[in-house]
This record gives sequence, C-alpha cells and structure tokens, in this order.
Amino acid sequence: MDKKVPLMADVAGQSDRPEILFWVGCAGSFDPRAQKVTKAFVQILNASKISYAVLGKEEQCTGDPARRAGNEFLFQMLALQNIQTLNTHNVSKIVTTCPHCFNVLKNDYPALGGHYEVIHHTQLIQSLLDDGRLKIAGGSFTGKKITYHDSCYLGRANGVYEAPREILSQIEGDLVEMERNRTNGLCCGAGGAQMFKEDEPGQKRINIERTEEALKTNPDIIAVNCPFCLTMLTDGMTASNKSEEIMVLDLSELIIQSIKA
Amino acid sequence: MSIEQILFLLLLLVVGLKAYRSYSEIWAKIQLGKPYDGSPDQSKRWKNVLLVAFGQKKMFKNLLPAIFHLTIYVAFMMTQIELIEIVIDGVSGHHRTFASGLGWFYPMIINLIECLSILAFIATVIFLWRRNVLKISRFEKAEMVGWPKRDANLILLGEILLIIGVFTMNGADTQLQTLGVAHYPDTGKLLISSSIGDTLFSGLDLKTLIFLERSGWWLHLTMVFGFLLYLPVSKHLHILLAFPNTYWARQKPPGTMQNMPEVMEAVKSMLGLAPEAAPMTSAEIPEFGAKDVTALTWKNILDAYTCTECGRCTAVCPANITGKKLSPRKVIMDVRDRADEVREKLRSANSNWIKEELRGTDVQLNKDNFEDGQSLFDRITREELYACTSCNACVEACPVLINPLEVILEMRRYDILTLAGGPQDWLPMFNSLENSGSVWQVSAARDAWIDR
Ligand code: SF4
Ligand code: SF4
Repeated sequence: MDKKVPLMADVAGQSDRPEILFWVGCAGSFDPRAQKVTKAFVQILNASKISYAVLGKEEQCTGDPARRAGNEFLFQMLALQNIQTLNTHNVSKIVTTCPHCFNVLKNDYPALGGHYEVIHHTQLIQSLLDDGRLKIAGGSFTGKKITYHDSCYLGRANGVYEAPREILSQIEGDLVEMERNRTNGLCCGAGGAQMFKEDEPGQKRINIERTEEALKTNPDIIAVNCPFCLTMLTDGMTASNKSEEIMVLDLSELIIQSIKA
Repeated sequence: MSIEQILFLLLLLVVGLKAYRSYSEIWAKIQLGKPYDGSPDQSKRWKNVLLVAFGQKKMFKNLLPAIFHLTIYVAFMMTQIELIEIVIDGVSGHHRTFASGLGWFYPMIINLIECLSILAFIATVIFLWRRNVLKISRFEKAEMVGWPKRDANLILLGEILLIIGVFTMNGADTQLQTLGVAHYPDTGKLLISSSIGDTLFSGLDLKTLIFLERSGWWLHLTMVFGFLLYLPVSKHLHILLAFPNTYWARQKPPGTMQNMPEVMEAVKSMLGLAPEAAPMTSAEIPEFGAKDVTALTWKNILDAYTCTECGRCTAVCPANITGKKLSPRKVIMDVRDRADEVREKLRSANSNWIKEELRGTDVQLNKDNFEDGQSLFDRITREELYACTSCNACVEACPVLINPLEVILEMRRYDILTLAGGPQDWLPMFNSLENSGSVWQVSAARDAWIDR
C-alpha cells in the first residue's frame, strides 16, 4: 500500500469528513489471506481517490456469528457498542468486503437504532467503474476462464447477483457459470457460524461439494466476494490437489490487476 | 321431495358440520402462536398472493412439474364452479339447473372443464408414476415414510376417481340426451363425453344409463365432499392455505433476523445506555427463543399447515445434500405435528397438563400454563439444528413462501440462551467475542494489517 490508511478517529473532526467508512471485519483484520483482500480493496479506494476511513481498534465484530449461532446477548453487546462508535463518528455510509458484515449492518442494526447506508465492496467497485472514478483496462484476464461463486449473504439474503458479474465482464474475464448459480447458488458451508465449528456427521463437507461443482467448469480462477467463502473454497482446492493450478480470488484482487495507473 | 334429495341434504348437513369443526381446529392450532407483524406492506401482500399463490411463480423454476401442477390446479378450481350447480341440483332435484339460462355459454364451460379434466388426468398419472416408479429423490427422504407417502398417493388416486366420476356422469348424460329423455336438457355435443358416451354407453337401456349417470354424479359429489373433509389432515391443505400464507409472507430481506427487544433492553441497561432496569425475579425471567410451538409466531404455525411436503427446500439444503440429518421439510412437518399434539392435549382440558406450580382449584388448562414434559426438541434434534448454515436456500426454494430457517434460528436461541447449550466448538468463539470483540482469540491488534 502506497498511501496511509486513514483512521476515523483522526479524520472525523476535520472539515471534509470521509465520504465512506470501510468496515474491515474480523476476517479482513486478522485472517492472513483475507488481509490481502483488505489491502487490495484499500488500493482500489486509493486509486479511485474516494475519501474513506477505517475504525481501526475502535471496530469490533458486528456480532453476526453470535446472532446466527443463537447467542443474542453477545450480539446485542457487540452491536450496541458498534452503533455507539458509529454514531459518535457520525457515520452515514459504510462499505464492507464481507457479506456477513454487510448483511448484519444493513438489515439487523436498524432495529437496534443503527441506521446507515451500507453497501458491499462489489457494489461500490461497480459504481466507481460506472462513474469513471476507477479506471481499468481489460486484457489481464483474456482467455482466462473465471467462475463466480455467489455468497449466500450477498445473493439470496440481499438479492445482489449482478454487480459482481458486471465487474467480471469489465475486466474481460471469460465468465463460466456453475450449474447452481444466483438464487440457486450453493452455500460454501461457512455461514450461520459453521465456520467456527466442526461439521455434523454426514457424507461430505459442503465446501467439497461446492468445489467439485466449481471444478466442473474447468476454471483458471474462482472469484468470490466473501472472506469465508474464500477460506472454504481454498481449502476445497487444496483437498482436491488443485491449489497449484486454480486460484481462488476475491473480486477486488482481480480488479487491482487491471487498474490503469 | 325425492329420497335422493333427502339423502343429499342429509349428507350436505353432516359434511358441513364436520368441515366446520375440522377447519376451526386448524384455526385454533394457528392461534397457538405468538403475535406476528412481518408483512406490513399491503401492496406487497397482494402481489405475493397474485404471483406466488395464483400464478405459482416459484413452481416455474422447473417447467414440466410446474405445468402439470398448474393443470391439476386449474382443473380443480374449475370443477368447483361445476360444484355450485351440483349442489343446486342436489337440493332442488332439477338437472343441470344452469343449462337452460346460459345458452351457448353453458356447453362452452362444460367443454372447458372436460378438456382440463383430461389434462389433469394425464398429469395425475404422471405424478403417480414419478412418485412410485421413478422415485425421485426428494420424495424418498426419511420423513417421507408412512402417512406422508400414503397421503400423497391417496389424493392422486382420489383425483383419478373424481375425473372418472365426471366422465361417467357426462358420458351417460349425453346418451340420455340423444334418447330425448325429458329430465335431461340438451347441452349439444360435448367434446369429450359425447365420444365417451358413444363408445362406451351407446345402446344401453334407459335404466342402466340413468343408473350410470347417477353413479357418476354421486361419485363426483362424494369425492369433492371427501376432499373437503380430508384436506385438514393432509398436506393438500395448501390448496387453501397457500393464499393466506403468501399474503402474510415475511417482507424483510431474508438475511434479517427477528430482533429480541427484551434482550436488547437488558443489554442496553447493562452497558449504561438505558436507565437501570429493575432486577428480574427468577419467576419473571422469560424463556428466550422457541422451545415449543407456543413460542413461535402464528405465521410459523401457518407455514407448517401450508407445507405441501414437496421437499424442494430439502433438495437444495447444503446440509442435507451432503448427508447431514437436517432437512428443512422435516423441521416444518415437526412443527405441524407438535402443534397437532399440543392442541389435542389442550382440548382434553386435563389438568395434568397444567404446569405443576400453576395448578389450583379453578385454574383452566390453556396454552400459557400448558406443560406436558415434551417440546419441539423431542422431534427436532440439536444435530439437525446446528447443521444449518443459514444459507436461505430453503426459503428461496419454497413454492408457498414458507420459512424453515426462522424456526431453526429460534430453536437455537432457546438452546443457547435459555439452556446455555450449543456445540462445544463455539465456546472459544463466544469467549473471544466477549473478551476481545473479535471472533478469534488473537494477540495482534485489529489494525495490525495496516502498514505504517
Ligand atoms: S438455511 Fe439451513 S435449513 Fe435452509 S437450506 Fe440453508 S442450511 Fe438448509
Ligand atoms: S417447506 Fe416449502 S419447499 Fe419445503 S416441503 Fe414444505 S412446501 Fe415444499
């Protein structure tokens, strides 16, 4: 990263308040693989000259895994504190690279008194491309077959199917759909706090089922929009001994390879 | 008044009373649930009814079954129009009361019904074949043995009998018309039953023809009355409940979870965001989440009685696909069966089902003091509940807008909040969230990814 990442606490008092808050999330902050996505997205934010800031140490988990697990007390504790932080900084618009954070901030926080305009990073990228603030050149992915995995919380939970596909078409990748896509997309197996526990007894792991389906498209790249899908499908590739040939990448990692200087 | 008329009136009375009773039971079972306010927008409500219930929009994810299903449904609806005449004929002793007044319109309607009936007949046979010969996998899951399987076949066989009744009746009728028997008004040639009559019944004597016509008429009638009484104990109740169920379908984005204001208030005062609440006495501590049907909303129970047991939800469930025990259809069927059981026990008014500490001389059994030592957890295991990824595939798939996920999440809430249960694996995550505000216990700071 060439530019310093601004902290909300430092810039909130300034006259030109940041246009948007980048909510990094637990995975984006701590998971080494997801950190790369965070940095890629920061690069995009910088390239498009949008004014943004992050909460840094003031950010806490949104509480999504606690709520979906059933632990409402814990969720309320985290969410109410986050809402306090966000309101102190007068935040009105949030972007996040995690569809779970996106969903809970957008749909669950209002009932607790947190009202924000929340968008997912694929939506922001698409609008930056649309209004010309972000300029990319096609060609980096010519002849590369890319399959796109819909995350449940961006897709079915919030009906966002086209923004990520729009982006893929702009980088001129050769998009090949899996059999189950969009509303019929198959979960990677991580949602509902499954990420943090062992599977119940069964015949197969869900991420293996999805990986096999992705492999059927013969892809060079599997594009995702969620740090947990990223882990699940990367694990799936490793289990199928395909991690050398096929890359699992977040959409922002594809974009930075096409950014025009 | 003829014997036939008297018989008909008696039957009508008995069926009417019985139907009234069993439909009020369904109503009472739905009333077991808590208040629900998930469908505030009136125009969206009607849109869902039009598109999803009438238009069967969700069925059209898969074209062929959707077309067959639609055929049977439209044929069934049209037959109900015919039923109006049948009832009037039955009471008055006339025959084809509407034939004289409606002119050309009458045979047109009858012809339409006949064509639809033939198509429905074909679709029904295909459905029977699909269930019993092809054995497509969503009809063969663990929860689909015994009654649910018989139920599906019974109604299909009933449909076939009904159609046979219609054509026997009309076929014999056309022959009687050609013979010019006074009681049978001329409907002109009927597309299908005239040829059925010509092939099967021509040359039969008057008595036999009248007997055939009456048998067809009564068969048709008894099948329809039979359906009416059968629906409340069958998955076919969806024919009726699909309408209210889509009308009251949840309108928030599917990713939203129901807020728990009582927990929110408690946490607010804990965090000093709201004035200190008076400490609760142990008797007041509410049960969080859902242990039993009475802690679900009435919409969850309406969902359960609307379920068609089609298994579209289970067929797309990632947990089920990969061999886990969870099946969203089973969850919904379990809610229904438990609601049946609770209602049955409440009706008995047996004071043994009153919570022990609430019993007293003039305490009546009701849903709030009910306790039979059982709950939804005796039917839905934790293994099932915790296999759910909350992916919403089941919700998206359901042709009548049922939400199995809501039940699963409410039961998780009970297990975790009230019983402090849940998978051991989650404890480190809960601890870490509580102590450090992140899902993983990590030593690094949250902003350590930032290069400085
Ligand atoms: S939400 Fe749960 S029950 Fe429904 S399909 Fe997904 S995993 Fe299965
Ligand atoms: S819940 Fe819906 S999809 Fe599932 S079996 Fe019942 S009607 Fe079919």
